[in-house]
Amino acid sequence: MSETDHHAVDLRGVVKRYGDFTAVHRTDLSIEEGSFLTLLGPSGCGKTTTLRMIAGLTSITEGEVAIKGRRVNDLPIHKRNLGVVFQNYALFPHKTVWDNVAFGLKYRKTPADETKRRVGEALELVQLPHAADRAPSQLSGGQQQRIALARAIVVRPDVLLLDEPLSALDANLREDMRVELKRIQHTLGITTIFVTHDQSEALAMSDRIVVMSDGRVEQVGDPQAVYNRPASEFVAGFLGNSNILPARILAREGERAEVEVEGLGALLATVEPQDPRPLARGETVKLAIRAEKLALSPAIGAEAPGPDAAALAGRIATVDYQGQVARYFLEAGQRQLQSVNAIDEHPLPEGAEVSIRVRARDCVILPA
Amino acid sequence: MPSGWSLIRLGTVLVYLFMFAPVAVVILLAFNASQFGAFPMEGLSLRWFAALWENDAIVRAFETSLLLGLLTAVISTTLGVLASLAMVRYDFPGKNLIAAALIAPILVPEVVLAVALLLFLGAIGVPKSFPLLLAGHVIFTLPFVILVVQARLVGVKREYEEAAMSLGAGPVETFFQITLPLILPAVLAGALFAFTISFDDITGTLFWKPGGVETVPTQIFAMLRNSISPEINALGAVMIVITVAVPLLGAALARWLSARGRTG
Repeated sequence: MSETDHHAVDLRGVVKRYGDFTAVHRTDLSIEEGSFLTLLGPSGCGKTTTLRMIAGLTSITEGEVAIKGRRVNDLPIHKRNLGVVFQNYALFPHKTVWDNVAFGLKYRKTPADETKRRVGEALELVQLPHAADRAPSQLSGGQQQRIALARAIVVRPDVLLLDEPLSALDANLREDMRVELKRIQHTLGITTIFVTHDQSEALAMSDRIVVMSDGRVEQVGDPQAVYNRPASEFVAGFLGNSNILPARILAREGERAEVEVEGLGALLATVEPQDPRPLARGETVKLAIRAEKLALSPAIGAEAPGPDAAALAGRIATVDYQGQVARYFLEAGQRQLQSVNAIDEHPLPEGAEVSIRVRARDCVILPA
Repeated sequence: MPSGWSLIRLGTVLVYLFMFAPVAVVILLAFNASQFGAFPMEGLSLRWFAALWENDAIVRAFETSLLLGLLTAVISTTLGVLASLAMVRYDFPGKNLIAAALIAPILVPEVVLAVALLLFLGAIGVPKSFPLLLAGHVIFTLPFVILVVQARLVGVKREYEEAAMSLGAGPVETFFQITLPLILPAVLAGALFAFTISFDDITGTLFWKPGGVETVPTQIFAMLRNSISPEINALGAVMIVITVAVPLLGAALARWLSARGRTG
């Protein structure tokens, strides 16, 4: 048995070029059977192009796409057994909800009674069992998206492809649909590839996230890894608020490295055991620290930072009050830092002198 | 200033009178009982319509026109839909040139087009025939079909077709199941354009028609050369009714279809 047997989708050296413009640079990616993978990135990063190449809606310039171990480069989309959900639902406006959902079964020569049962089950699963006779235009955006999902899963596709399916919905509905989509994916155990530019959708739904930028994969990992241990400045900046500081390596010892941050002083940082970089003394790097990892306390009476942590002195320049949390803009040494802290009743006042606790495990060393 | 608006209104009424009065006169005189087409009318009668029915040449011309119009509509619409699909959905070298060439018959004066096609076919030794006449009509009705269908096709999102294909429908099934129903109002409108333009045409037809074959417009033209028979008024009235009623019916049908498409 080859290693790819339990992969639902494999991309091997896939490249997409439009004339001189490279939309997707050489990409290798494997998606495990039954998992939920998200392609995350800003618009124009190549995530939709990648999805369309897997779907067969866009041709592949170089490399190979395999679905369930079978090369599909030359297989047209209608023979790939996929389910695709589009951003604008793309329900057929001239067909009823029932006919929309039953559409794919027609081309699989499904007997009439089985079609009836499966369409019914699919509508049940998306919680719209009574919408069968309606026209798509009579449904709300959220309902249309559920029907689009029912239409895609009723054919029992090998892979479900979702192209920004939530971005046309309004904010509250989007969060409900997020939970709903995850529930359905979990119930069916269907391999799913989800494209989004929304980091919270990606973090909430994915088993694995692929962060893309400018047609390249920046990082692949589970949501915690991508969030806590960003591999590049782009990833650190794209997910959440991060302080990204220019620095230089002073010393490295196993999983600990001491770095000198320009205009701020020496800090301890964590190095992953499998990190292949030498990180030799004098090497210039970037240090990333998430805003919510910088814990503030009033300078007077501040506790000792504890082992593997440092305390920096700073002053609050601006407070951005957001209810549950406050975002503080700090001046520390010759640097400006951002910190997001939970607040109890009142945020710390502007102009206050504070102690900033920086833990070594929250400091990530990025390439310069 | 109210008088300014009144002048514009008066001007508009006069322009419309100028355009439609002759049409009204033709229709009125078609019901005139007298031999001589002049006012005042001497009484109402349907005798000229009856005379039309008994005139073999006119009935034959009518049949020719109908057949020609229907065939032109079918061929022009089929070609026009295919050309529109190519123009809107695909990219290929020389696309702009082909697009211009397809629309050109509207821009080139019909006489020039008529002479050109005749000379070309003469040069390659093809005699005048009904298929040649049909080909001519297809050439200059095609741009109308393409313009109408293309405009509609641009508004049909590619995602509908992509969704159908992702569900297992091949390209041909996708066209008949999804694309065609969505552009159907425009296809019908294009077909009606083609039919009425062909049914009305005289310039090209005079050049292309083989000897002995007459369409309604060329028949009227031939009759006018001999005498101004009251039958011509009746025939004119029938022509007017057909060329106005067919598009109106078509528009109603298209509206009904697209309303049905929206509400299921």
